Amino acid sequence: MSASAESITAQSGTSRQSAAARFFSADNRYLPPILITLILLGANLSFGLLESFSRTALAIATAMGCEIGLTLLIYRKFPNLASAYITGISVGILIRSPEFWPYALCSAIAITSKYVIRWRGRHLWNPSNLAISAMLLLVPEYVATLMIQWGNAVWPMVVIWALGLAIVYRVKRFHITATYVCSFVFLSWARTFFTGHSFLAEVAPITGPMYQLFIFFMITDPKTTVKPRWAQCVVAGLVAVAEMILRLAENVHAPYYALSIVGPAALAAEIYWTGNRRGRGQRAEGGPSKD
Amino acid sequence: MGQPVSKGRIFAAVLFAALLSAPLIYRATQARREGSANRYAAKATAAYGFYFTECANASGIHFRHQAPKLDPKLNHIMEQIASMGAAVSVVDFDRDGWPDFYVTTSGEHARNALYRNMHDGTFRDVAAEVGLADINSPESGVSMGAVWGDYDNDGYDDVLIYKWGRPELYHNDGGKHFTRVTETAGLPPWVNANTAIWFDYDDDGKLDLFLGGYYPEDVNLWRLKTTKIMPESFEYAQNGGRKYLFHNLGGGRFEEVSAKLGIQSRRWALAAVAADFRDTGYPDLFIANDYGVSELYLNEKGKYFREAGKEAGVGYAPKSGMTASVGDILNQGRYGIFVTNISEEGVLVQGNNLWMPAPGASADKIKFENVANAMGVELGGWSFGAQFGDLNNDGYLDLYQVNGNVSLDRDRSYWYDYSKVAGGNRAIISDAANWPPLKGRSLSGYQQKRVWINDGAGQFKEVAQMVGVRDRFDGRSVALADFDNNGALDAVVANQRGPVLFYRNHVDPANKWIELELTGRSSNRSAIGADARVFWNGQEQRQEVSGGSGFCAQNQRRLHFGLGRTSRVDRVEIHWPSGRAQTILSPELDKIHRVEEPE
Repeated sequence: MSASAESITAQSGTSRQSAAARFFSADNRYLPPILITLILLGANLSFGLLESFSRTALAIATAMGCEIGLTLLIYRKFPNLASAYITGISVGILIRSPEFWPYALCSAIAITSKYVIRWRGRHLWNPSNLAISAMLLLVPEYVATLMIQWGNAVWPMVVIWALGLAIVYRVKRFHITATYVCSFVFLSWARTFFTGHSFLAEVAPITGPMYQLFIFFMITDPKTTVKPRWAQCVVAGLVAVAEMILRLAENVHAPYYALSIVGPAALAAEIYWTGNRRGRGQRAEGGPSKD
Repeated sequence: MGQPVSKGRIFAAVLFAALLSAPLIYRATQARREGSANRYAAKATAAYGFYFTECANASGIHFRHQAPKLDPKLNHIMEQIASMGAAVSVVDFDRDGWPDFYVTTSGEHARNALYRNMHDGTFRDVAAEVGLADINSPESGVSMGAVWGDYDNDGYDDVLIYKWGRPELYHNDGGKHFTRVTETAGLPPWVNANTAIWFDYDDDGKLDLFLGGYYPEDVNLWRLKTTKIMPESFEYAQNGGRKYLFHNLGGGRFEEVSAKLGIQSRRWALAAVAADFRDTGYPDLFIANDYGVSELYLNEKGKYFREAGKEAGVGYAPKSGMTASVGDILNQGRYGIFVTNISEEGVLVQGNNLWMPAPGASADKIKFENVANAMGVELGGWSFGAQFGDLNNDGYLDLYQVNGNVSLDRDRSYWYDYSKVAGGNRAIISDAANWPPLKGRSLSGYQQKRVWINDGAGQFKEVAQMVGVRDRFDGRSVALADFDNNGALDAVVANQRGPVLFYRNHVDPANKWIELELTGRSSNRSAIGADARVFWNGQEQRQEVSGGSGFCAQNQRRLHFGLGRTSRVDRVEIHWPSGRAQTILSPELDKIHRVEEPE
């Protein structure tokens, strides 16, 4: 879930804007971490969302520590920590465990995966998605994920949707979120024919905060999504389809697993075809491969 | 690609593999540890100092809980809705010196039972003879539990039976018969209650009554006007039943004073317990709520209650509170509070709470810390009732916890559909019509119970299997009492849609004990709220006579202290609700001491 920070990093360009405009611009890579922190603080102070501040702090500290250590070790430079901070805070929100160690372990797996599971210079899995999926598979007796509402009032949901939409719009990822939401709603309706349950029951999960974080910050991660705009929409739709299949199999963690299956597969396909095209072009020009 | 792999990246790869394998190694280690314990099960009784034998049938206890059949609009999730009502409370109703117990059922025409202790290890149901059997009907609702207290100080414990329906108060006529006095008492016509306790909040010598609603009181579950009766949120719901505090006016009459005294909550209460957490001489009130945070009402000298859950730390993280039990688990003269919640692998791991007061509590300030994880009592499944008691008489309070929600088809789980709706918006979750049908599936069913023994050094060890607690029924309510008057705490367990189980305890006789049977004079005669501290071998343990604890349960009022292998007790200090203090020097070991409050 290092999406927005990373997507902003991916944006380039300078402008002579006011301080406020610069702060809210897509060039400010610290905007998403600040916003997600504000959401977290607001939700926790209002509703006691977190298991505890100390567990979330542990997740953040572990993520940042791993990022620093591995970047120094591999690239010999000090990293920008915005992405690691978002990974840590995401783990802190999305993982639910009475133990402390799952928070540290999940963050460590997430960050380390970025440096290990790579192909042609890109990491394939969204780090926090991979780590949370791994934790759910490996230690389900100690780990669950966020499944409850943030309070029972409407306004928190409105605020989170507004902030989330604003962020994905600024970082030019709105189409991914919109495609996924539309697909989910449509497929919820389709699922009613298989399950016999009401449409409201099927669509209920997307009204929860876990999904809000998932659709705003996780599936939009620019480092682990394909490049063409149309392909991003296709992949978002495919994630929703994979999720539907998992849901029909009554898998509680369907969105995480769906993204961890479809996302890397799509990215790998893109890397493969892009690489081959580039290779063919280079061979045609008589130059060496730069992979 | 094509570049040499750096040492740093090799290190990262090794680290990544190690991180992924860490959980597997952890699990393997845990499994080995459990395996070892099982191999040495034969030696476990010697190791732990006690074991249980389940002997309900042999003891003449043949009771099975029946669930109600509510409005047909709830048919699709009936087992989930009608999932409470099996309850047990201990009382010596005939004052023969031997604990009896009362169990409830929730079938519309099913009969509750009052098991009289026959002094020979057997029990006989006398509920019909004394007028306490025929309580349940579609018109008046069905039983959820019962609590006993001598509200008129005539020496015999009376009983409040709370229901999803009309709460009923019965006066004990000399241990021979019970007379219904609901109308005289002024109790409300309908409360969907799942908790009630007796306590004397103003120390006036007359027992008052707290009654906690679960579903709102305008909901008749047999005749629903709407299906929008469910909690508005899984962890932040405040659309449950109201709370009642009945002040005892004397003469069998009560005045409802909850709003006047500051208790105004519509959280979904499942358990309540009262204890003097701050040494003010007045009992505070702790409420464990389903679908939300717990509440702590601090008693301001019997004149007002101040809700201080958040500032005390217990009202911050919302969970699914289902029991509330109090115990001085570290022998420090301070009460901890155990609250059970839900833990389901990979879906919802709330974990139980064991709230221990931080040092330095005063009348103005008290702060609790959750030490359930550190002490090893966090994961208990879909946990319901729990009680503290020294099961092996080693001098430290142990913990008996039952669990299991709905056990139907072993191979099919309702959890996916449950989690789907539980995370939904208020408009969705609050309407029962939106809940997917259960269709015979289980929801955290067939769970292994927990018996945690306290090592006195801050750790509990789970030994249920080893000490003979092996049932897998849907446990709701557990009560502890020394039914044989032999210094061993036995356990009665009430199971939803299952049998009542009677676990007789066999304790190593080398461990000593004393029991205190207290009778108030200026204080309420049941001595509820009386606080006893036993001092021995440089240790101190504190217990308070309780008017209800756990989930829909009440232990024996007699206080039981295990003492380990000691040769003497230095003294017992008793602080009565009236404010009187009493000291007993060197009480005889292995004996029940009957103590009256001094004039």
